[in-house]
Amino acid sequence: MSNVGIVIVSHSPKIAEGAADMVRQMVGDAVPLAWTGGDVDGGLGTNVAGILEAIETAWSPAGVAILVDLGGAETNSEMAVEMLPEDRRARVLVCNAPVVEGAVIAATESSGGSPLAAVKRSAEEFYA
Amino acid sequence: MSLDRVARERLVRALAGSVIEHADELTSLDQAIGDGDHGLNMKRGFEAVLAALPGLADKSLPEMLKAIGMTLVMKVGGASGPLVGTFFMELGKALPEQPSRADLVAATEKAIEAVKARGRSEAGQKTLLDVLVPVHALLAGGGDAKAIAAEAVQAADRTTPMQALRGRASFLGERSIGHMDPGSRSASLLIGAAVETLEFEVNT
Repeated sequence: MSNVGIVIVSHSPKIAEGAADMVRQMVGDAVPLAWTGGDVDGGLGTNVAGILEAIETAWSPAGVAILVDLGGAETNSEMAVEMLPEDRRARVLVCNAPVVEGAVIAATESSGGSPLAAVKRSAEEFYA
Repeated sequence: MSLDRVARERLVRALAGSVIEHADELTSLDQAIGDGDHGLNMKRGFEAVLAALPGLADKSLPEMLKAIGMTLVMKVGGASGPLVGTFFMELGKALPEQPSRADLVAATEKAIEAVKARGRSEAGQKTLLDVLVPVHALLAGGGDAKAIAAEAVQAADRTTPMQALRGRASFLGERSIGHMDPGSRSASLLIGAAVETLEFEVNT
């Protein structure tokens, strides 16, 4: 599958999973998709290891767009991107968009075969 | 400055001990203007660092600092994990095995720049940078251990009247005024513990 992958990162695993459910229902299976949420002890928060795993799960040669909720989700996602192997780093972008709406819009754009930059732009522009 | 294995282990225990001992205080600071998890998150991270002893202290100083940073990045969570973890990782990358004071000044500056980039922040926004930056200035200017430790405490205190412009507390706007920044407090604790340990090494 060469559509851009979508990763959903929320402080709450329930929100992340729910947003992923919405993407699946509205956009279908044409887009690689993964979600992660919660700190390493299972409380509310985000963690780099979980984000790295989600990127791996949703990996596509076309790249991966990450949708995040609050501050730490973004900081941890950027940290995770930096820890990727160099050849993958430039193909993962964190989107500045609301997590639920952004995920659905990004996935819709991706399902049409758009490149990573266009997927990111769609997610960011829709609510700008 | 040369830190042998015993000294490196002492340093790790002092850093971790200071955070773990003050976890409740950090949490209550964070409950006032954040989401109340800073103490718990930092404690979890430094417990993981302690669990990596004694092997951690077998590493050279730069490698040890990098490993501490990586552990904090992976275990702390929140925004603090990447920020504090980045500081330690960059310090490790920039320091030689037996650093001079000038090496420490240069490496700390690089680590602070990395924290600024990671958090897209500058001093004056009620973050740990409000401790790191003035402490670095004193270190660069020749301040002794006692002055550096005192400045770390005072710098954290000076975040109390600031309005938060980055991080969760910035959501509160003016309501963030009047509370000490939890990240500044944990940075000052770490600096205090490091200075105390290093001074002990220099004097014995």
